[in-house]
Amino acid sequence: MGLCPSTSSGPRSRAAAMNCRAEVLEVSVEGRQVEEAMLAVLHTVLLHRSTGKFHYKKEGTYSIGTVGTQDVDCDFIDFAYVRVSSEELDRALRKAVGEFKPPPCRPQDALRSSGSDGMGQISLEFYQKKKSRWPFSDECIPWELWTIKVNVVNLANEQERQICREKVGEKLCEKIINIVEVMNRHEYLPKMPTQSEVDNVFDTSLKDVQPYLYKISYQITDTLGTSVTTTMRRLIKDTLAL
Amino acid sequence: MDTDLSSQDRKDLDKFIKFFALKTVQVIVQARLGEKICTRSSSSPTGSDWFNLAIKDIPEVTHEAKKALAGQLPAVGRSMCVEISLKTSEGDSMELEIWCLEMNEKCDKEIKVSYTVYNRLSLLLKSLLAITRVTPAYRLSRKQGHEYVILYRIYFGEVQLSGLGEGFQTVRVGTVGTPVGTITLSCAYRINLAFMSTRAGEDNGAVYPSVEDSQEVCTTSFSTSPPSQCVFTVTKAHFQTPPPVVTDTLKVPVMGLAFSHQLSSSRLSYQPAALGVGSADMGYPVLFAGGLNAAHPHQLIGPGKEGGVPPVPSQPAHGTQADQERMCTPLDGVHYSAATPSSSEDTETVSNSSEGKCGSPHDLLETIFIRKVGAFVNKPINQVTMANLDIPFAMFAPKNVELEDNDPMVNPPDSPETESPLQGSLHSEGSSGSSAGNTHDDFVMIDFKPAFSKDDILPMDLGTFYREFQNPPQLSSLSIDIGAQSMAEDLDSLPEKLAVHEKNVKEFDAFVETLQ
Repeated sequence: MGLCPSTSSGPRSRAAAMNCRAEVLEVSVEGRQVEEAMLAVLHTVLLHRSTGKFHYKKEGTYSIGTVGTQDVDCDFIDFAYVRVSSEELDRALRKAVGEFKPPPCRPQDALRSSGSDGMGQISLEFYQKKKSRWPFSDECIPWELWTIKVNVVNLANEQERQICREKVGEKLCEKIINIVEVMNRHEYLPKMPTQSEVDNVFDTSLKDVQPYLYKISYQITDTLGTSVTTTMRRLIKDTLAL
Repeated sequence: MDTDLSSQDRKDLDKFIKFFALKTVQVIVQARLGEKICTRSSSSPTGSDWFNLAIKDIPEVTHEAKKALAGQLPAVGRSMCVEISLKTSEGDSMELEIWCLEMNEKCDKEIKVSYTVYNRLSLLLKSLLAITRVTPAYRLSRKQGHEYVILYRIYFGEVQLSGLGEGFQTVRVGTVGTPVGTITLSCAYRINLAFMSTRAGEDNGAVYPSVEDSQEVCTTSFSTSPPSQCVFTVTKAHFQTPPPVVTDTLKVPVMGLAFSHQLSSSRLSYQPAALGVGSADMGYPVLFAGGLNAAHPHQLIGPGKEGGVPPVPSQPAHGTQADQERMCTPLDGVHYSAATPSSSEDTETVSNSSEGKCGSPHDLLETIFIRKVGAFVNKPINQVTMANLDIPFAMFAPKNVELEDNDPMVNPPDSPETESPLQGSLHSEGSSGSSAGNTHDDFVMIDFKPAFSKDDILPMDLGTFYREFQNPPQLSSLSIDIGAQSMAEDLDSLPEKLAVHEKNVKEFDAFVETLQ
């Protein structure tokens, strides 16, 4: 689905967003654990927010395909999770997460005794499309927003990395329990659409499963709390000043 | 109340709850098999995938679940529970988790059965898939194998949490409201993973005392950190097995399916009496399953998966004490997961192939000795059995002691009694040397010459050889005196060489020009 470098919403979306269910999760990980941690959380959410493919029959009835699942072992975290068995969905999430790269700590920052390292957040938003008449474009109304705040830490040695593997694994277990708790509150879900409306509720582009319409966006801040664009501008200025 | 529910809805609801219970058990048990699970999505509805989820049905597990339910459904005060426990190769067991499917009285009369309840049950199953991977037992189950196995038990009725020890934690997977009550799925899992020893002691074939009866705190302990940090600090005492019991019931299982069913039954029962009874009836299979009790390492030996030396009985006729302790490893070749006919057949195939090589228990003992002695050992011909013709380098083993001189691997020692540590380990106590007249009853010690041994006269083991030749003498041409001498000679001859070169300068110039 669409990938935006930053969230920006118009007034109507903001109003609708006030009714949107929002959940925030925070994780502190080492740089190389970012991708796996993000995928674990996103896949767990999408496991709960995906159904089998709808097959509409006459008289408005439909049958639903079957969702398979598979275990995934993390390489850099002592953790395993379950994801939907859909290579297309996995590829889409990996692509999104792959572009989310909180910056590593710069060498001069490593001399600092304390302070945060790279930070960023990735958002998974489920929305419904509402058709608008021409010339207005379709409106996207979010109904659930998951925000994962990532704090990237730098570790000094292998022993710390090993401890980090275990700790992050335990933390992710807690996050999975949190996600499951939210999912089982059985709060608002879009009602099942008719055949003509199914593309306004579900992403029907995948061939094996059907997640609710979603989009992933991210925001990255470096160690100084500035955005990536500001840092790039400063780097270019410094280079030219030489 | 039930009067508000149509009969069709009631029937549907009962069916949903029943199949939900069966699928719950499948998900939990499959998550503890120790393998990664993978099922395929299918865009076309198959009609047989309940709750639109691809969850395979292991027949044995379904059978056990149906047996436990006995036609009933979870209701108020009647919960379906799946107990996951761990059992070590020494017979210690410990409950790890209890998964409970309960029903309470809180009804949601407005909810639509055929649509909403069904979809929410599907969501709850997905949550169960996720939660089963985050409890501590998952990591333990992925590492099960030689040291321990994970077992399951299904029961119906009141939830029994006392076996989880103090301070157990609970996680709620989710709830689904229905017109007849609210279905709740939760898990209570153990935090304190320290073991209480449940070993039977010196009695052969004794039933295991229950956990409550145990007095001794075993040194085996687990931590809740990842299995990579699970350390088995099993002391030497654990290897002191009772005298081996050779029974006539030692059989190689033939029918995989039959075996797996028995395996399931034996695992499901934690009543020691049941196991004891089972032992009499089921012979090898239960010994295999319940015989993780180290009292009978004997019956589980074989070449084993690790390809090493099989365990040695506690009273070997030969071999040093060091050897006995070294080779009394935890039982190998015993790997079975919490169930399935297919997977247990696979493991059984491996075990069968290894166990099947063993003949009668007597041959087994002999096989042990012969393997124990090692690759290059000479054996008198009367000790050669069918089992040891496959030793490595068998062709080098002389046929009898008198032919030692002709054997390329064996030479008569000229200097006596310089025994390497390796030779010492092959000795039986009190015997030494390898001269022709000193034949031991079971094997004959020879001096064998490892590769790269220096000469034939002085016996030397590889370590000594390596140490000696690690620092070879310096090359004579590199020594300082000789270097200095040649330098002086060179300097003296320098004027003559220069004179010759000056004479031939024109030739040199012509040569240089050809190069340009």
